[in-house]
Amino acid sequence: MSQKLIEVKNLKKYFNTQKGLLHAVDNVNFYIHKGETLGLVGESGCGKSTTGRVLLRLIEATSGEVFFEGKDILKLNSSEIRELRKEMQIVFQDPFASLNPRLSVSEIIAEPLIVNKIYKNKADMNKKVQSLMNTVGLAQRLINTYPHELDGGRRQRIGIARALALNPKFIVQDEPVSALDVSIQAQILNLMADLQQEFDLTYLFISHDLSVVKHVSSRIAVMYLGQIIELSDYKSIFTDPLHPYTQALLSAIPIPSLDIKREKIILQGDVPSPINPPDGCRFYGRCMHRKDTCLTKTPELKELHPERFVACHFVHNLGLVK
Amino acid sequence: MTDQLNVNMSNEDIKKKSTKKRSQYLEVWRRLKQNKSAMVGLLIIIILILSAILAPFIAPYGIDDQDLLNTLQTPSKDHWMGTDNFGRDIFSRIVYGSIISLQVGFISVGIAMIVGGSLGAIAGYYGGKLDNLIMRMMDILLAIPSILLAISIVAALGHGLKNVMIAVGISSIPSYARIVRASVLTLKDQEFVEAARAVGTNNTRIILKHIIPNSMAPIIVQATLGVAGAILSAAGLSFIGLGIQLPTPEWGAMLSSGRQFIRDYPHMTAFPGLAIMITIFGLNLLGDGLRDALDPRLKN
Repeated sequence: MSQKLIEVKNLKKYFNTQKGLLHAVDNVNFYIHKGETLGLVGESGCGKSTTGRVLLRLIEATSGEVFFEGKDILKLNSSEIRELRKEMQIVFQDPFASLNPRLSVSEIIAEPLIVNKIYKNKADMNKKVQSLMNTVGLAQRLINTYPHELDGGRRQRIGIARALALNPKFIVQDEPVSALDVSIQAQILNLMADLQQEFDLTYLFISHDLSVVKHVSSRIAVMYLGQIIELSDYKSIFTDPLHPYTQALLSAIPIPSLDIKREKIILQGDVPSPINPPDGCRFYGRCMHRKDTCLTKTPELKELHPERFVACHFVHNLGLVK
Repeated sequence: MTDQLNVNMSNEDIKKKSTKKRSQYLEVWRRLKQNKSAMVGLLIIIILILSAILAPFIAPYGIDDQDLLNTLQTPSKDHWMGTDNFGRDIFSRIVYGSIISLQVGFISVGIAMIVGGSLGAIAGYYGGKLDNLIMRMMDILLAIPSILLAISIVAALGHGLKNVMIAVGISSIPSYARIVRASVLTLKDQEFVEAARAVGTNNTRIILKHIIPNSMAPIIVQATLGVAGAILSAAGLSFIGLGIQLPTPEWGAMLSSGRQFIRDYPHMTAFPGLAIMITIFGLNLLGDGLRDALDPRLKN
């Protein structure tokens, strides 16, 4: 396979809360190849966004390593991080909250150029802002408008233009379309696919929407309660899910047809609290294949076939692997 | 045919105009101009400032010209606002007094706003121990009645215009610190602040460019009201002999010296009071307009 751009090893992020230690991200391992899109799916509160933010050091990790082009970015000091920001960017979920209401469109897009002192002369910078607006499909006449005057899709285009301003190699897409309505979602997803082609970008695409993730990702990682429980290419996850949780998750996707009958796996119980979680498999309480071993031993994310990872003790025994 | 050409031309012009980047200050000024009451406020403030600068040319009498034959006169052709108990022309004293009162008002509010505002912003943004330290210091300042605090500061520094401004400024620092801290706390967790950090913006720029502009409304309201408070506090200090020394005219001092004649000669207190009121009125109008003009969401 091609080169790894990002490699995450044993990444942990714990938050101190009044009730105890919240394990938001717990021992997560994955890598992202150059030029691909890794989809990260999971329920709300499973640590997807935290993972994305830790990767950019918007949140400091508790422990672990994140390699970007072979450099451990968790060890960088603050001036080195500022350099890193040019390489790694983020597009936020809520295009209403992620744009400063006091700044005009051009000021928002110019902000990364100003703070990183990219251009000495203002005319060059304005030219760059205009070309960025063209790239993301914003009309030039919107240059003096303010975010509140625009609809969600256009706002998200501003967010994308801001992320592209520094010519990054890697962009974390933190649920970029979940706040938009469906017709706009498609436009934004297509725009991002085009940009990926044009600028050779690598994406970490965080979402809870499986159909969106399926559409954009080359590989997909499924997260449950702070851990990645399955990771493989986008086809195998949908055709041949291995982990019991992934199977249950996929069986919940509605099929828009009355004739097709499908076995639905209804999970019992609730997601346990991420505060001081017990040892053993996080999915134990809800798994239909659970055994005593699962209660004591935490399953590691193991590579079954090349590029197919799963974290379950009994994935072989239960005939889950065909 | 020519008509159509003209229409095309004007469309082109409109396009050119709107795709050019507009300056932020010009934009604020353009929006402020549309607000009539803000313009009235601005006019009042400009007239007051001009009268302060041009006082020697406007005032018909000197500040200390006593006419002991004509004391305590009601307004007349010779003395537009009457005379006080020493026979001094009240109009002239109000015109000269504007120099000092405006200085006291603006500079002490400026001190309070800059010092209190930055302390509040630092406390709110960085949080933790620093926040605790700064806000407990503010609590100590708040625990002392502000006039008492001002008195002790003037007593320590000695009297004089400069020290009065410092004293009044310091005594109103805590209220600015609290207001700014509160709005920084609500704003710092917003996604646009995180977005700014993600593109490499440093903390100072985040506070100045992203947080403070979004917390302008309460600060402007507090500042416009604060000018009035500062003029009155300075008057209070003058009244107990710690502020501006007589016979230097100052609105607050004139107000308090007229107090003992208020029953028989109300004009001695009415005119300086009116001067303070008009100043505050102008500032409030301007402040409200400025607050709206600075908020692009209210653009019409």
